[in-house]
This record gives sequence, C-alpha cells and structure tokens, in this order.
Amino acid sequence: MEYFVQQLINGLTLGSIYGLIAIGYTMVYGIIGMINFAHGDIFMIGSFIALATFLVLTTVLGFAFLPVVLLIVLIISMLFTSAWGWTVERIAYRPLRGSFRLAPLITAIGMSIVLQNFVQISQGARVKPLPPQIPGGIVLMTGDTETGAMVVQLSYMQMIIIATTLVLLTGFTLMISRTSLGRAQRACEQDRKMASLLGVNVDRTISLTFVMGAALASVAGLMFLLLYGVIDFYIGFLAGVKAFTAAVLGGIGSLPGAMLGGLLIGLIEVFWSGYFTVEYKDVAAFSILAIVLIFLPSGLLGKPEVEKV
Amino acid sequence: MAAPTVTAPSRQDTNSFAASVKDAAIAGALTGVLGFFFLALRTEIAPGGLEVSTRWGVWIVAILIVFAGRLLLNLFVFKTDKPVTRYFSTGKSSASPRLPWLGRALGIFLFLVATVLPFLIIALFPAQQRQFIDLAILIMTYVMLGWGLNIVVGLAGLLDLGYVAFYAVGAYSFALLSTHFEFIGFWTALPLAGMLAAFWGLILGFPVLRLRGDYLAIVTLAFGEIIRIVLLNWYDFTGGPNGISGIPKPTFLGMDFSRGDDGVAAFLGIEYSTIHRFIYLYYIIFLLAIITNLVTMRLRKLPVGRAWEALREDEIACRSLGINTTNTKLTAFAIGAMFGGFAGSFFATRQGFISPESFTFLESAIILAIVVLGGLGSQIGVVIASVVMIGGIELLRNIGFLSQIFGPDFDPVQYRMLIFGLAMVGIMVWKPRGLVTTREPTAVLKEKKRIGADMVAQGEGH
Repeated sequence: MEYFVQQLINGLTLGSIYGLIAIGYTMVYGIIGMINFAHGDIFMIGSFIALATFLVLTTVLGFAFLPVVLLIVLIISMLFTSAWGWTVERIAYRPLRGSFRLAPLITAIGMSIVLQNFVQISQGARVKPLPPQIPGGIVLMTGDTETGAMVVQLSYMQMIIIATTLVLLTGFTLMISRTSLGRAQRACEQDRKMASLLGVNVDRTISLTFVMGAALASVAGLMFLLLYGVIDFYIGFLAGVKAFTAAVLGGIGSLPGAMLGGLLIGLIEVFWSGYFTVEYKDVAAFSILAIVLIFLPSGLLGKPEVEKV
Repeated sequence: MAAPTVTAPSRQDTNSFAASVKDAAIAGALTGVLGFFFLALRTEIAPGGLEVSTRWGVWIVAILIVFAGRLLLNLFVFKTDKPVTRYFSTGKSSASPRLPWLGRALGIFLFLVATVLPFLIIALFPAQQRQFIDLAILIMTYVMLGWGLNIVVGLAGLLDLGYVAFYAVGAYSFALLSTHFEFIGFWTALPLAGMLAAFWGLILGFPVLRLRGDYLAIVTLAFGEIIRIVLLNWYDFTGGPNGISGIPKPTFLGMDFSRGDDGVAAFLGIEYSTIHRFIYLYYIIFLLAIITNLVTMRLRKLPVGRAWEALREDEIACRSLGINTTNTKLTAFAIGAMFGGFAGSFFATRQGFISPESFTFLESAIILAIVVLGGLGSQIGVVIASVVMIGGIELLRNIGFLSQIFGPDFDPVQYRMLIFGLAMVGIMVWKPRGLVTTREPTAVLKEKKRIGADMVAQGEGH
C-alpha cells in the first residue's frame, strides 16, 4: 500500500512533466496538423538554458536566495526557449505550408537532428549532473520497521511540479477560451483559409502557438532538471516520443486530453517499472502509442477526425 | 528563410539594400539570442560540480556569419529582381529535357566506376587501399539501404522511421543462425534473413497500414525502438548489450579467405593478401545493391509499382479506382524490409560482431536523410547522397588544412549529423520533391508528357 501510494505520487509528478510537453504537441497538431517532431528537443534546449542560467546566477553572480533564483531561471528559460521555438517554426515549417503532408514531418526530423547535434557539439556529449536543489518534503505515511512499511514522502519538489502544472494548465485553458489570441487559434484550427479571410493573421497565430508550446516545454525542462538532476543532449528524444504518446492518448488537439494523457503515461511508466521490469518501461510507452493509434486514433477526449477529400 | 517582403517594384532599388541590411541584422540578433546559452556559455563538469566557461569569440563569429550570409542571400536571392538561383531553379523548359539523358549517363558511368572500384583504389592509393575499400563498402551498404527505403518512402510514400528494425532483424537472423547451426553459412543465411525481415515487415505492417501518413511514421518509429529495446534486454537469446560475436565471414564457393592451402588465394594460385577479403566483401554488397536496384526498376513497371506511385500521389483517388491499398502498402513494406534484411546480414558478416548499439533511431534517420537528400524516389539521387554524405565527410578527416584552421582536435565526423540535419531541412524547404524534380511518369497515355514537381498536386496526397 505504501509502495503504491509512493509510486502514485512519483507517477503524477512524471506525468505532469509529460503533460506539459504534450500540450505543445497537441496545440501544434491541432492548428496545423503536423507532428512537431523537434518539440522534444525544444524541451531539451529548455533544460539546458535553465541549467546555464542557474549556474550563472548561483556561481558567477552569487545569488543565494533559491526561490528568486528559480523564478528568474524560469522566466529566462521560457523567453529564450520561446525564441528557439519561433525560429524552428520560421525556418523549417512555415516555408512548407501547403506542401505535401510528409514534408514538414521530414523537416521536423531534420530539425530534431540539428538541435540534438548542435547541443552535443556546443555543450559536450557528457551528462550534466546538478545536485538536488530543493531537498525535503512532507512525510505522508511514516514507515514501520516491524511491518516493513515504507516511508511515503511527498517532496517539496514534487509539490512544486504538480502545483506549477496545475497553474499553467488553468492559465492556458483560460487563454484559449477567453482571449482573442485563443479565439484566433481556435479559428485557425477549424479552417485556416476562412480565418485568414476574416482577418486573422494566420502566420502570426501559428508562430504564437509554437512560442507557447516552447515556453511550456521549457518549464518542463526546468522541472526535469530539478527533479532528476541529470540532463544530456539526448533527453529530448524519449521525452518527446512519450509526450507525443500522451497527446495521442488524450486525443490530439485537446488540451485537457494532453494533460490527462501525460498523467496516464507517467503513471503507467512508473507502475510498470515498479511492479514489472525497469528495462521494458520504454517498451510499455511505445506499445501504448502503437495500440492507441491503431485502435483508438481519436484518443480519450478527442473528436474523431473526418478525412476531407 | 524569408518570405520575400512585398514592395512596389519602382521603390525596390532604393529600399532593397536598407531592407536587406535590416533583415540581416535581425537574423544576426536572433542568432545572438539563440546562441547565447549554447555558444557563448558552456557548462563543464569541474571537480566541485558544474561550472560555466565563456566563449565570446565563437558567439560573435556565429552572429557575423549569419549576418553576412543572410545579407548576401537577401541581396542576391530573396530581395532582388534577378535572383542568381534563377538559372538552375526555374528553367523548366530548357533544363529538364537534359535530365533523363544526364541521369542515365551518370548512372552508367557510376556503375562502371563501381564495378572496377577496388582495383582503381589499389592502383591509385596503394598505401591506403584497405581504408578506402572499407569506406567504399560502407558507402555501398548505405546505397543499398537507401534503395531499400526508397521503395517504401520514395515510391509508396509511406514514411518509415523504423527501417533500421529490419536491418537489425536481418543482422540478428544471420548472426543467430550461423552461431547456432554450424552448417549455415552466409549464402544460406542471406535468403533466410531476407525472408525473416520481410515477414517482420508484414507482421509490423499489417496493423499499422490503416494509419495516416504521419501517424504511420510515428508508429514505425515506436516499433523500431521496441525491437531495439528487446534486443538489448533479451540476454539469453541476443546477448543483450554484449551483442553477438564470432559471426562467420562469407565464403567463396565454400572456401574462406585464409592463408592455408584450402583458402581462395591458394585455389586461384595468387599470393595471399588480407585485402582479398575486403575486395570480396565489396563485390558482395555491390551485387546486392545492384539486385535491389534492378528489382526496384522492374517493379516500377509492374502493376504493383504503379500502384505504389499512385498511392504516394493520392491515396483516396487510389482507393476509389479500386486499388487494394492495404495489399499495396504491405508489399512495399515487405519488399523494403527484405532488402533491409539482406543489408543487415551483410553488415553482420562484415563486422563479425553486432550489438543493439548499431541499430538506433539515428541510423534510421541517416538512411532517411539519404533518401530525402537524393530526392524521394530517385535511384541515382540515393547514390549521390550516400557518396557525398558518408564518403565526403569521411574524407574531410584526411584533409590537412581544415585541421590547421580549426585546430588539431577538429573532427569533421562530429559535424556529420549536424550537416545531415541541416541538409534535410534545406532540401525540403528549397526543393520539397528532391533535387531531381522531374519525375518520369511510368504509365503513359499516347504521348509522354513531362510532370514537374510543382504540377503535381501537393495537397492531400499522403
């Protein structure tokens, strides 16, 4: 029971990170119908920017008060990662609008290779370890050596991750449903040509979608860095595929779906490693991807897609 | 990559230079922003934890390069009435009739060169013959893989991101068969490996082929990774990360390339040399590649090949014309997988050792990049792309002056994937249908009409 609760907490934390990345996939897919394969690498870029900013603030400039440092890191990494997201869209996807369907996917794969190798060459291939910054937590269930019960702990880090995710998700949902930008996005999602006839700046809206997705991915990158303390240039690939799985599982194009899918994938992965085998945890995620796409292509909360001729 | 700004033609001359400079300055500033955390700063692992070092020089050089490059592009391509690229990009009527002839001549020339390549290398570079023949084998392997994937991606239009899985199936089939059964050598295992790979192609293909183009791509990626992870963790069967070693070398009519009396050298009455085996390996992969090419060329003229190309252009139209799309896709998948399997067993016998390391997604991406760079569906393009991307970068290593400019630890192979990725993006943006934009229609009504890439509807066809 204690083990189960602990795994549940761990799964929800991991799932929040996947969910944040998945929102980027789902928004981009919803609006231009392409898989932004490089999105996982944007997440990786975000965590590298967060690491560099953190190190500059703490070791070079000597800030010591952690909450302020983390807030600055968060803002800077969101800004700079957004610039990356914008540039990727501008270089690799915008010129291909209206081209055949697989063209942007191929450039996305190319972009993913470019980003990975750019970071590998410029920052080195070795993993970057960062010692845990936010230790401690609340003990939910005290352990008992006689019965062999484990200590169940909800660490402050996990609380921060889950809380931030909830805040961001609420904020984004409100943004999509209430603001004019959100309205423009929904309009583009339904019919791009009609939206542009009605005066929506389609290119700008799509760019902003990428910027928003990249900003969320950078938050996920920062959290991944703080939670695991180890990053390298390759983290984006696996995290990206799993987040995409989450987006598909939740129903691609649906914001709450992406979050739900993220949480489910996080839980499945953690429970799979906890109760079955750690080695095959990625197989679990990949199999879910295949199964969902084959049997439930519209996902849990998505609308079935009608193919237009 | 600018969408050219719309300016009135009369004002263009006065404004274009200022606009170009402004645009280039924006690009340079953007590079500065993007590169700040990656070029100007570098996190290093130091004894007391991570520390940050700065490299302002690299950062500034990168900004200047982007600024200058963008400025030149603006002045000569994007914002001018006479872009310098007009000579080789738009001249449809004048340039395209030359291409089939040129392509065929180039094909014959490359074929002739390839037939005598090992002897050319021995004659021209006796000191480095082993290294160069090895490189030729590597290039030829990628040519074969590229041609195999071209059937799936280029002809049938199914983006397969897990092609390396079939390569792995071929390699492991041969390795396992030959290490478990004494009597199975390379030549008996080769067809078996191909059949097993094709079988796997069918098994994996059957459930996923109902999917739309981009979903299909992601699922094949997932399958490729699943196979790799299984190979990595199934210790009893595959040896896990240790892989399989001691894979037998191919034999020539039952004789192996050894020094003894029953070796090939003794049989042919020539002096023994280690290079003989490499020459032999080269001819095996050359033969396999040529078979792949011939089969593909023939299949393109058969109904199934035409169905593939029709499928690539428009799946819905295809279905409405009564083509069984599932079967068509499955044959493309299985035949592509079969050639991947052949190449895989060749890889296993050449290396003598295989492990899951060799079958990562990166390998799939390299093969896909070769197909994309060659121009989807073009056979000669795959050859050129492999030679340039695999061979060219390998050769850069040996060029002395580059290491004088960039310092002694400059290793161009490090930049290979970066160049691959950039080239993939560049080619797709500049010429989405590949460098060879004219495609021969294989089915013709009365007279041959030329179909340029831009005339093909690029809308909903998957």
